[in-house]
Amino acid sequence: MHSSADSNAPIISISASRKKAILKKMIQIRQFEERAGELFHQKLIPGFIHLSIGQEASTVGSCASLRPDDYIISTHRGHAHILAKGADPKYMFAELLGKKTGYCKGKGGSMHIADFSLGILGANGVVGGGFPIMVGAGMSIKLRKTDQVGMVFFGDGASNRGTFHEAANMAAVFKLPIIFVCENNNYASTSHAKVMVAGGSIAARAKAYDMPGYTVDGSNVLDVLEVVQRAVDLARSGGGPSIVETATYRYRGHFEGDRQEYRTIQEINAHRMHRDPIARFEKLLVAYNTINLDYIVKIWHETAEDIEKAIHFGMESPLPAPEDALKGLFVNS
Amino acid sequence: MRTRQISVSKAIVEALTEEMQRDESIFIIGEDLVSHGGIFNQFKGLPALFKDRIIDTPISETSIVGCGVGAALTGMRPIVDMHFADFVTTAMDEIVNQMAKIRYMFGGQAKVPMVLWAPDGGGISAAAQHSQSLESWFVHTPGLKVVVPSDPADVKGLLKAAIRDDDPVMFFQHKKLFGKRGAVPEEEYVIPLGKAAVKRKGKDITIITYSRMTSVCLEAGRRLADIGIEAEVIDLRTLKPLDFPAIAESVQKTCCAMVVHEACLTGGFGGEIAACIGEELFDYLAAPVMRIGAKDVPMPFSPVMENFVLPQVEDVCACAEKIMKRKRK
Repeated sequence: MHSSADSNAPIISISASRKKAILKKMIQIRQFEERAGELFHQKLIPGFIHLSIGQEASTVGSCASLRPDDYIISTHRGHAHILAKGADPKYMFAELLGKKTGYCKGKGGSMHIADFSLGILGANGVVGGGFPIMVGAGMSIKLRKTDQVGMVFFGDGASNRGTFHEAANMAAVFKLPIIFVCENNNYASTSHAKVMVAGGSIAARAKAYDMPGYTVDGSNVLDVLEVVQRAVDLARSGGGPSIVETATYRYRGHFEGDRQEYRTIQEINAHRMHRDPIARFEKLLVAYNTINLDYIVKIWHETAEDIEKAIHFGMESPLPAPEDALKGLFVNS
Repeated sequence: MRTRQISVSKAIVEALTEEMQRDESIFIIGEDLVSHGGIFNQFKGLPALFKDRIIDTPISETSIVGCGVGAALTGMRPIVDMHFADFVTTAMDEIVNQMAKIRYMFGGQAKVPMVLWAPDGGGISAAAQHSQSLESWFVHTPGLKVVVPSDPADVKGLLKAAIRDDDPVMFFQHKKLFGKRGAVPEEEYVIPLGKAAVKRKGKDITIITYSRMTSVCLEAGRRLADIGIEAEVIDLRTLKPLDFPAIAESVQKTCCAMVVHEACLTGGFGGEIAACIGEELFDYLAAPVMRIGAKDVPMPFSPVMENFVLPQVEDVCACAEKIMKRKRK
């Protein structure tokens, strides 16, 4: 198992514009999630939603290593992955609001957003449901002889599904170009990983499959990018799969409305105060003179405006007709 | 049409060879396919013809089916070999929550052109975990097509249609039929999914069946003819889509019907057919619709018990006679 070398050393090899784009994406995700939470509590979003506020560095750092034609599969906590791979927030909000203009025409909702044109093979509502499907995408890449890669996101909870073992083994046996990104946010719903993950490390399981396993500080976006990029490069060059475990943290409950009796407000605040991925990255970029405070204020404003426009699109969009429920089950229906 | 006599196994190999030659995106994945050409010899000769497209896997049914789904979503047309249909239980999430739902759930963005090929059925003393007929589970899962062929010609034509279909297809291949021979056209053909076939013409009673029970019902039809009952035997061939018009046409003529399947009776597809006939054709009926299925127990091992549990020709004949006695003139 490898660890990233020095978690405080920033990558200087990526351009300032790329760093700015990464920051902007993290801010977009934060604002998307915060507004989605508000709309949910205003009872405008039906059902239930899982927010990933606090995990932005893990997600954006991972997706920043991908090409547009690479694949991802996301989870029930998937808004951030979808946005990081380039999805348009307006079709996402429309979907969350159950509208006809949503990514899935209102049939999917929060847990099932996909944009196949962007290589997003969908968020999956079944914990650990993405692994076997990514094996198929990897097999498809191998059979079609392209140099795409596939990245499957999962949490500490999903690492205990049998699907993880089967997929990791098959990915290794066939040397498939897959990156298993475990966003370990400590909690599988209400259960702490310390209690539920035997051996304590998900990355360490990579050794059993003879593939590289990395752990990385999931609140440092450049660290995440550096490590995931290594795994992506290996996969793209035919070297097979890797597991990357990012140590991250979600500020919100498992779902909106979660009473969170399994942790204290002090624990959450400590993460917010000292390990917030966006604040850390902003501080770093300012310290290295990549950006200044005015720029940060400007990005937050611009992004907030865009998010409001996206919400407006969703709110103004028409509802599906009830009988649309009967359409689209089969290719010719 | 020129035909020759070949087995179901040979029909499978012909269908796969023709389709794989036609379309390079087709591949077959599963356990024990390469060295033996499949555990039932069903893929004999294919590994040599299509070297990288017949893929042996670890024993990981969950990932094998998931692999089919992921490959289908990204431009391939996988055929997943389920080894035994009973093992669908180890991949139910992939079949029911993923394969069946992905197209609909994502608003029609994706298609899932894959075939899950599953050898099913009893009669070979394979006992409770290797003998089931589980088709009704999947008929009950919107998003799947379900094929249940009964003879070599249908196997070939329906398998080709299933492979070409852009939706996920559960293809249940009865294990006891591999050696069954029958006339198969020499030239290329495809049988569209959703078309039943009248396998025996008759005016007195409609027997609706599929898969291996078709031969059982045809034999029953011959015996019934000896006692003056002319049974019409309809082989559904696919349960989803269902060719209800073919059922209706026959029942409107005979005014009575029975359904015969090898799956256990309670909750079986026969109940669905009987209900549809009751809803749509009540005014034509001169007798209640009856069902025959396996007895509601796991498949026992010992042949004497297995034969008792499975529907036999005698059961079909007795049921038909009972209906004929009750039939209002």
